[in-house]
Amino acid sequence: MFEAIAFYLFAALTIVMFTITVMTSQALYAITTMAAGMIFISAFFFILGADFLGAIQIVVYTGAVMALYAFGMMFFDTTRKVVEKRGNPQIVFVLGVLAAVLVVAIFVAPIVSNNIHALYPAHEGVGNSQAIGMVLFTKYLVPFELAAVMLLVAMIAGIVLAGKKMDKSLTLMAEEDIAKAHPQHESHHSAGGHH
Amino acid sequence: MEVTLTHYLVLSTVLFAIGLIGVMRRKNLLMLFFATEILLNATNIAFAAISHYIGDLTGQMFAFFIIAIAASEVAVGLGLLIVWYKRTGKIDLDQMNSMRG
Repeated sequence: MFEAIAFYLFAALTIVMFTITVMTSQALYAITTMAAGMIFISAFFFILGADFLGAIQIVVYTGAVMALYAFGMMFFDTTRKVVEKRGNPQIVFVLGVLAAVLVVAIFVAPIVSNNIHALYPAHEGVGNSQAIGMVLFTKYLVPFELAAVMLLVAMIAGIVLAGKKMDKSLTLMAEEDIAKAHPQHESHHSAGGHH
Repeated sequence: MEVTLTHYLVLSTVLFAIGLIGVMRRKNLLMLFFATEILLNATNIAFAAISHYIGDLTGQMFAFFIIAIAASEVAVGLGLLIVWYKRTGKIDLDQMNSMRG
């Protein structure tokens, strides 16, 4: 009973929050409602017994990803209204059909999955975090290490992309100054022979 | 009043559809990133629910790797977006046609 009440409450809250995120024309409303929606999603993980996943959801999404977005929004003009796209009706139609097929596939999936069995069943008598550790460091060790390398690559890429020439505004500089500031672009253009 | 796997899958589908609507109607690239985050979170709910109802931890493992991928995607994408904004002063999708694609 408690589980049902919690599920419906957080489902309604999450749907409302993400609808505001998608529909609003203010960037600040979008980022605020999305942070709230991420917190509410972690509630589902706690209901489902995936405690570690819920904690990771709060730490990574509302801690790291949202902070990164807030940091990125300092560069952009957030007070300006976001202009919406007048969509191509054919593309919208095709994507709508694809979404409908996806919905059907998701609804059929539990019927098919009655035949499958648990590949790595949860250990009895241990908590969720401990069971996660047992599976993660035995069966999924190589993907775990690959994810670590990928995060390192992403960190270096973020630092290189965002941190370079942070004291200069490339929008306010003339094209010649930019070319002077980036001599490798100049040589690349002359070597390419086009442009 | 028992909450079954279908409830979670319906919720996941609804959230995924909301994210898809966002991807289709947004022109601002930052707002487009928000919509992709919603898509990834919707799949995470489905993975966690299936993991719980089948009694297998594989779904949670996939959710972890999805979270890791989302974090690195945000780092790289936001870095590229900042560089683009410094060069052009705009982050609208329609104006990114310098490759004439």
